[in-house]
Amino acid sequence: MYFNWRSAYAIYRREMARAFRTAFQSILSPVLTTSLYFVVFGSVIGARMEPVGGVPYGAFIIPGLLMLTLLGETTSNASFGIYMPRFTGTIYELLSAPVGVAETLAGFVGAAATKGLILAAIILGTARLFVDYEIAHPFLAAGYIMLVAASFALFGFILGIWADSFEKLGIIPMLILTPLTFLGGTFYSIRDLPAPWDAIALANPIAFLVSGLRWTFYGTSDVPIALSLGLTLGFLTVSVVIIAVIFRTGWRLRE
Amino acid sequence: MHEPILSIRGLTKTYRGGTRALDAVDLDIRKGEIFALLGPNGAGKTTLIGAVCGLVRPTGGTITAFGHDLARDWRSARARIGLVPQELATDMFETVWRAVAYSQGLFGKPHDPARLEDILRSLSLWDKKDAQIRALSGGMKRRVLIAKALAHEPELLFLDEPTAGVDVELRKDMWRQIAGLKERGVTIILTTHYIEEAEEMADRVGIIRGGRILMVDDKDAMMERLGTTEAVIALAAPLGALPPEIAAFPVELGEGGARLVYRGGSGEGGGRAEVASLTQALTRAGVGYTSIDIHDSSLEDIFVGLLGEREAA
Repeated sequence: MYFNWRSAYAIYRREMARAFRTAFQSILSPVLTTSLYFVVFGSVIGARMEPVGGVPYGAFIIPGLLMLTLLGETTSNASFGIYMPRFTGTIYELLSAPVGVAETLAGFVGAAATKGLILAAIILGTARLFVDYEIAHPFLAAGYIMLVAASFALFGFILGIWADSFEKLGIIPMLILTPLTFLGGTFYSIRDLPAPWDAIALANPIAFLVSGLRWTFYGTSDVPIALSLGLTLGFLTVSVVIIAVIFRTGWRLRE
Repeated sequence: MHEPILSIRGLTKTYRGGTRALDAVDLDIRKGEIFALLGPNGAGKTTLIGAVCGLVRPTGGTITAFGHDLARDWRSARARIGLVPQELATDMFETVWRAVAYSQGLFGKPHDPARLEDILRSLSLWDKKDAQIRALSGGMKRRVLIAKALAHEPELLFLDEPTAGVDVELRKDMWRQIAGLKERGVTIILTTHYIEEAEEMADRVGIIRGGRILMVDDKDAMMERLGTTEAVIALAAPLGALPPEIAAFPVELGEGGARLVYRGGSGEGGGRAEVASLTQALTRAGVGYTSIDIHDSSLEDIFVGLLGEREAA
């Protein structure tokens, strides 16, 4: 199969440029959010909390907070990245270019993974100002963050093609992603929940993501890391298949 | 005849909801020509362009560009086709230079600053290269769209209503630009509902309405075949009936016999010659006249006549 690297790179650069145009907001917003969480949960409440699984509470919440911001930012960024061209009509150029689904996704998702990694670095740097922590598997953590960022960029991409209004664009992250992340063990270990809530919490896929990232940080997790990884890869695969079908049928793109 | 650069057969597009935008369109475009697709709003012009450029999925029919079936070899074909859309759709916050460089990369071309400079200079955009697109005037924005479409050096260029909403001065300028592209060997298909534009620019004209191509012909042949001359002769005294001397001419009396109206000829001078003999015949018949108003029909008259005829049919 033919793959046009130059096209993919052009899309990648453009997506990165789009983020840097709003660099102030892109950096300030996660710094501020993370700081607020650490002031409240890390310092004020965290000081009165027992360590969770041997990890001090302030450090324990870092992977969850990272996941909370990463999922929200990546999804909305990717969804805007494809929705805005549809809205303003500039998508004509992408559709008329000798570019298939592979180049499009490589550009969009590659940029999202890069941005996810930068975002994670900003959050971890901010967290360092409030609490001490060490990352047990830094390369696995970076890899996992990129994998999650890529998966949710794909999800955001689907969202941006599906949405036909700004309201629909905002509603999924707000109504589904944020609650699921909060309930997915961001601030607590699912194992500490009373029955039957510990079992019910595992119906939430985001609990697996938070748990997986926490494993790369501290070596402890609520669910086996293989399960987290498998679920993330599965989600990524399903998203790629859905987008391939969208491109094949032209749904919402070439109607 | 050379193999056409673009060949469309039986192209049909039915939108969801049942609107049939294209109805079995057949069209061949010759290499190196300027082809004007003329039609009222909603005739299917933009859908036709969209189907060739990959914006619209056709319901049926085949499109062959550069000898390749577009349904299969869309990659190589699209790399050689450029599109300037009707809407001023640009990334408002991007600079001119970056927007044009993006187009070059997106279409798979290596970054070539010299080529981009050429394009921007030829479109008088060079001094605006670092400006954000949103800061440009409408005419400048349209030039940016043209520059983007030219960045990958297409051999076949679609211009969808290139001069819509552009003032007279800019329109003339745009025509010069288009003529310049043709000189460089680019085949151009433009849609317009300004007939004047087709008359000025085109080698061949296609008339589309209701998703069907009504007629395709050389512009000059079309004007010759369908053109007419109209002469209105104001008579010194009203006539009750046509005198026998002029009965053979295609004339009729109007305004209670005060005017004699002639319609005939081919639009290529034949009509004017016949009007000259008509005046001599009038003199022989002793009919006096005070003024003669002659005009040859333009493409516009032909177009309106043709559409009206179809409507009545």
